[in-house]
Amino acid sequence: MNKTVNQKAWFLVLPVIILVAFNAIIPLMTVVNYSLQETFGDNTFFWSGVRWYEDILHSPRFWASLGRQLFFTFTILFIEVPLGVAIALTMPKKGPWVSVCLVLMSLPLLIPWNVVGAMWNIFALPDIGLLGNWLNAVGFDFNFTRQTGDAWFTLITMDVWHWTSLVVLLAYAGLVSIPDAYYQAALIDGASKWKIFRFIQLPKMKRVLTIAILLRFMDSFNIYTEPKVLTGGGPGNATTLLSIDLDKIALGQFDLGPAGAMSLIYFLIILLTSWIFYTLMMRNEEQ
Amino acid sequence: MRISKWLVPSLYILFLMLPIYWLVSMSFKTTNEILRGFSLFPQEFTLENYAKIFSDPTWYWGYLNSLAYVSMNTVLSVAVALPAAYAFSRYRFLGDKHLFFWLLTNRMAPAAVFALPFLQLYSSIGLFDTYLAVALAHTLFNVPLAVWILEGFMSGVPKELDETAYVDGHSFPSFFFKIFLPTIAAGIGVANFFCFMFSWVELLLAKTLTSVAAKPIAAVMTRTSSTSGYELGLLAAAGSLTIIPGAIVIWFVRNYIAKGFALGRV
Repeated sequence: MNKTVNQKAWFLVLPVIILVAFNAIIPLMTVVNYSLQETFGDNTFFWSGVRWYEDILHSPRFWASLGRQLFFTFTILFIEVPLGVAIALTMPKKGPWVSVCLVLMSLPLLIPWNVVGAMWNIFALPDIGLLGNWLNAVGFDFNFTRQTGDAWFTLITMDVWHWTSLVVLLAYAGLVSIPDAYYQAALIDGASKWKIFRFIQLPKMKRVLTIAILLRFMDSFNIYTEPKVLTGGGPGNATTLLSIDLDKIALGQFDLGPAGAMSLIYFLIILLTSWIFYTLMMRNEEQ
Repeated sequence: MRISKWLVPSLYILFLMLPIYWLVSMSFKTTNEILRGFSLFPQEFTLENYAKIFSDPTWYWGYLNSLAYVSMNTVLSVAVALPAAYAFSRYRFLGDKHLFFWLLTNRMAPAAVFALPFLQLYSSIGLFDTYLAVALAHTLFNVPLAVWILEGFMSGVPKELDETAYVDGHSFPSFFFKIFLPTIAAGIGVANFFCFMFSWVELLLAKTLTSVAAKPIAAVMTRTSSTSGYELGLLAAAGSLTIIPGAIVIWFVRNYIAKGFALGRV
């Protein structure tokens, strides 16, 4: 759509800017302040320059958390996106059951995050949880509170359970927007199933899938409540993702300086990656 | 053919329902039964856990508090997002693209980063422990999302609609409220749904910004698991009840879910 140039449009966006600026800029400046100062807890602050940033970037602990975070985010993206697309492809396009299906699939998305964590905790308990009990009954030695591998397995299964539906719904929305005529044309041309997927369905889903990946990337990088309730970052530090580590430093040890510096580095990583996704997405939209 | 058609979605839904079933089944068990060992179905079926929640004010006020700030946030977010989304979908103005991205960046801000500064900010303006504080704090990620969704839906409405209305002698407010808003009613519904969803499921900020008067149900749940021993049945009952508002809201928007999740951009 060709838009008209109108500088007065600023008045229409003003309420949003005021509200978001109040919530975003003031707290962000507070964090910047912390990250550049040192305090001994008596409300006096000393200038410390970029010392905290250097500390964080040289600390093995930060890199370990970042590594775990990246591992988590990429693992769930690699599982959820193909799985979501596959499920969307098998969904029928019409019929009274489609709505019911969609409602049931959306259910996990609307459960409060701490309840998701608590639910999976109860579900995976090795003795009285359904999953834990069954896994042990068929011969696995499963205990997610003690064994690193089991903790990761539970964490990733939980996230797949929680968010795959988002990918399914987005991909499905892309699929139902394809006119029947496209499929009929493909049928006449004798196109194989793979060809139909590659040249008709995938291009139509490209836009929504970019949204799905962008949302899943941002949200999985910010994930806090669910792993906090499920494993508390343990056993040991095995599932301590970035936000849980940050929480330990900021609220556990009350080291405001390092916490502030870490927050900003953390935020910058998300910002940069999302900017790349966003630019790609907008280029697609303009085509 | 008919059975195989539904096989994959059914298996997937079964996988989704298992943990939910376990939570609900746990909520009907007595503490004794839970501690005694594994049982697939509740053996000593009890409503005691639910009775406790509905008779104890700290419990049921937890739900009411959560619903209160979620509704306030939804109304507020959508109300300010509507004119902004219109501006983004219809006009070009200085810095529009940067502004749009800046709004989106707030959707990316980790709540863990903002928890402490938010606490200080809202304490200093005297809003700590009020519904308004949580409702305002949640606009941080809900307003950008609402703008994004609404902009998608509005861009789908041809510009000729606006032009015809002006030719017919409508002023901007009259056009906006009488013609434009009814046209994108579905979009507004979807935006409301998303704001409700993200405000309802977010707990870190809600917990940080409240202590007694506006305490959300999630915070009541954490307190219970830490002070009065590990009452799994009670916890499971409280958790099961938090699923209900979401399920009701989904049912209302079921016909728009697919399009809504695509944020109007299909």
